[in-house]
Amino acid sequence: MNAETRNWVEIGDLTDIPREGARVVKTKAGCIAVFRTVDDAVFALDDRCPHKGGPLSQGIVHGTSVTCPLHNWVFDLSTGVAKGADEGSVPVTAARVEGGKVLLAADDLARRGE
Amino acid sequence: MTKQKLVIVGNGMAPGRMLEFLFDKDKDAYDVTIFNAEPRVNYNRLMLSPVLSGEKTYEDIITHGDAWYAENAVTLHKSARVSEIDREAKTVTSENGITAPYDKLVIATGSNPFIIPLPGKDLDGVLTYRDLDDVEKMLAAAKRGGRAVVIGGGLLGLEAAAGLKMQGMEVTVLHLMPTLMERQLDPSAGFLLEEEFKRRGIDVRTKANSHEIVDDGTGKVRAIRLDDGTEIEASIVVMAVGIRPSADLAKAIGLETNRGVLVGDDMRTSDPDIFALGECVEHQGMCYGLVAPLYEMAGVIADNLLGETSEYTGSVTATKLKVTGVDLYSAGDFVEGDDREEIVLRDASAGVYKRLVLKDNKIIGAVLYGETADGPWFFDLLKKGTDVSEMRETLIFGQAYQGGAPLDPTAAVAALPDDAEICGCNGICKGKIVSAIKDKGLTTLDGVRAHTKASASCGTCTGLVEQLMQVTLGDAYNPAAVTPMCGCTHLGHDEVRRLIKSKELKTIPSVMQELEWTSSGGCAKCRPALNYYLVSDWPDEYADDYQSRFINERVHANIQKDGTYSVVPRMWGGQTSSKELRAIADVVDKFNIPTVKVTGGQRIDMLGIKKDDLPAVWADLGEAGFVSGHAYAKGLRTVKTCVGSDWCRFGTQDSTGLGVRLEKFMWGSWTPAKVKLAVSGCPRNCAEATCKDVGVICVDSGFEIHFAGAAGLDIKGTEVLGLVKTEDEALEYIVALVQMYREQGRYLERIYKWAKRVGYDEVRQQIMEDAEKRKAYFDRFVFSQKFAQVDPWTERVSGKDKHEFRPMAVLQAEAAE
Repeated sequence: MNAETRNWVEIGDLTDIPREGARVVKTKAGCIAVFRTVDDAVFALDDRCPHKGGPLSQGIVHGTSVTCPLHNWVFDLSTGVAKGADEGSVPVTAARVEGGKVLLAADDLARRGE
Repeated sequence: MTKQKLVIVGNGMAPGRMLEFLFDKDKDAYDVTIFNAEPRVNYNRLMLSPVLSGEKTYEDIITHGDAWYAENAVTLHKSARVSEIDREAKTVTSENGITAPYDKLVIATGSNPFIIPLPGKDLDGVLTYRDLDDVEKMLAAAKRGGRAVVIGGGLLGLEAAAGLKMQGMEVTVLHLMPTLMERQLDPSAGFLLEEEFKRRGIDVRTKANSHEIVDDGTGKVRAIRLDDGTEIEASIVVMAVGIRPSADLAKAIGLETNRGVLVGDDMRTSDPDIFALGECVEHQGMCYGLVAPLYEMAGVIADNLLGETSEYTGSVTATKLKVTGVDLYSAGDFVEGDDREEIVLRDASAGVYKRLVLKDNKIIGAVLYGETADGPWFFDLLKKGTDVSEMRETLIFGQAYQGGAPLDPTAAVAALPDDAEICGCNGICKGKIVSAIKDKGLTTLDGVRAHTKASASCGTCTGLVEQLMQVTLGDAYNPAAVTPMCGCTHLGHDEVRRLIKSKELKTIPSVMQELEWTSSGGCAKCRPALNYYLVSDWPDEYADDYQSRFINERVHANIQKDGTYSVVPRMWGGQTSSKELRAIADVVDKFNIPTVKVTGGQRIDMLGIKKDDLPAVWADLGEAGFVSGHAYAKGLRTVKTCVGSDWCRFGTQDSTGLGVRLEKFMWGSWTPAKVKLAVSGCPRNCAEATCKDVGVICVDSGFEIHFAGAAGLDIKGTEVLGLVKTEDEALEYIVALVQMYREQGRYLERIYKWAKRVGYDEVRQQIMEDAEKRKAYFDRFVFSQKFAQVDPWTERVSGKDKHEFRPMAVLQAEAAE
């Protein structure tokens, strides 16, 4: 999309994150969970389930979904919206991979800080 | 008008195609001079693999012979590597002193193979796979025989491996990632490809990290050593891990470069008179190594050289593996996403896997394995952005397909060979059941049970037997509905377990392929279940997939409501000592652990530990001799005991001793759901053994073994299994019982539910009365423990999975500038 016009913050290598897994990035406005899918797409969501605050980074990643480790809510990684009967959503930070590095969108990070 | 001068640096496929485009449009626009570092004319690099495998020769793959250059009045300098370009004077000079002036220059320096900086990379016998020289070296090595180790399980590496195998070498492929060609294929197709290579006798090792290439003492390759210490003998090592754009020349003359030579959409570099073309190019952050995008670039440059304004907008690429007999096709983008849908077709018996990824009713990605005839058709629909909603239902069946029947849910069973074992308890194979149904005219499950004994014991194969009846009898039989494991399959847990055994499925992707899973990667329900079944059934061969485990089993601690963890060290049989208690007290103080609690299983639980602190907590506990208490595991948890005959005036046996022995024997084992034991020293039952998964009540005459109790969601007293005389017997019977449950239980099904399902009498019969069966269960448990009894805390203190316990990054300011 307009990837060129946004500023991006590098947070590490794609290979730092296990496939079908996640890592945590700590920020002043709380932790972000950065997910890597089986086919190497990356997504970033606030590491906090809207249900009871569970750390989504600890959930099982399947397809482009993650299941919260506390009470099994399932979220779509690209939209942050809960799937199935549960209602709620998690803030998304745009993420992408370039040259093997994982990048997060600076404007999304800044918005979280407000 | 005087002709302009065009100079090209590099004589690969892209400039060759560019000249064809140029001459087609205007044969006389330019005087063309080519500098080629290789001593050759232009040949088709894509065809190196058939040359390596012996299916073609160099002459077969020449694109432009000497005659072509003469005909088109192109000056070709062979073996002339360009060393200088003077952008002021507009001249190009080669190492061997040839200088040519230019009006327009095209840099097409291609790419270099990436050499992994391993110790030993410069030894004689370490090769790359890039040009004809490399192929000639490999062919020479193949004549001498021995083993070739290919590093890299991507397109090039696999083609090299297949070629070397055809030349008679033993071949090992080492691949860093879990599945082959992971950039082009999804894991399911990668798995099929791996199976095919193994079938060809090529040794494929995934997740293999090379450590060093070993010298034979004379500067030649002798072997390669992996990070895990494995050493593989090798007479040659072929590095085929990827390519790097060759941008050094462009950089040296001050053009803008990044990974490659940067170009705009018009393919011009930062100097408007200099174009860049081919694998050396970086366009909008992308570098391409496949031929189709390079040809597209070639067309754009040809146009722009003639004063037209043509733009390159990036390419979607399709890949086909050029190994004879392997049908594989991949194109576009097959990452899943919320706005995307997938269509998956698997045909296990034909070895076919097809997956289309759709977005807004358009194909954006395709992976085909086993049957690729429709690949170009899908690719065409993809490139054109055709709306496929009209043909959606039948799209996956390909271009020729019209109409069609729904997929047959019994296909997996129908495809089994006659000697596939269906009923494990009674050793009944498919052929026997089918012939009984036919010969005896059986139409009911009870009839089949009576005549064949299939599904008459533990009953886990009932679903399969019913499917066999449906396959054999057609509509004359309607099986009872089986509850599927999850939304990814129509098979129930029992069928999946039986098929894992009878089809010898040993990886999660193979289960999903062979059992025709309807999703590409499973879900949070089936993945942990499959992981357990495979761990349980193939303890020595299956590589545990940690990403398919719940967080507690992944980090070996229990997640709490606030995201902190609790840690419970093992206290064998519930006994502890002053030294252990002191160590726990020190850990609690050192890490400010807010809550310490005694558990129902006679252990000490430390709650509220930050995830980052876990390895340090375990290190301190480990120094005091503690190992993981597995309080988080679907596995053996605790053995609770009373003090028994050592102290108690009523004690009849050494209940603590038996409890410790059981726990030391059984710790580390994974089970369908948690397993808690207790041993009481007399019928007063202070250890509350009669509500446990397995309990022992010691009596004067021996040990009364109980099972299938519950004191959680349900409350249920245990059933009596039987009385045994000695402690050794008690151990053997209990272990056999737990193994029977490990083999038959459905994931997350506790012992009491399993036992009720298969029948208490069936369990008693197999464990108490059938000595042979009991011994076999016992032996299988002992075997699996060889691989299971590794303390996970010690492993993690020494660095395993360290990524789990550290943040990936800490962002200070939010860096919005």
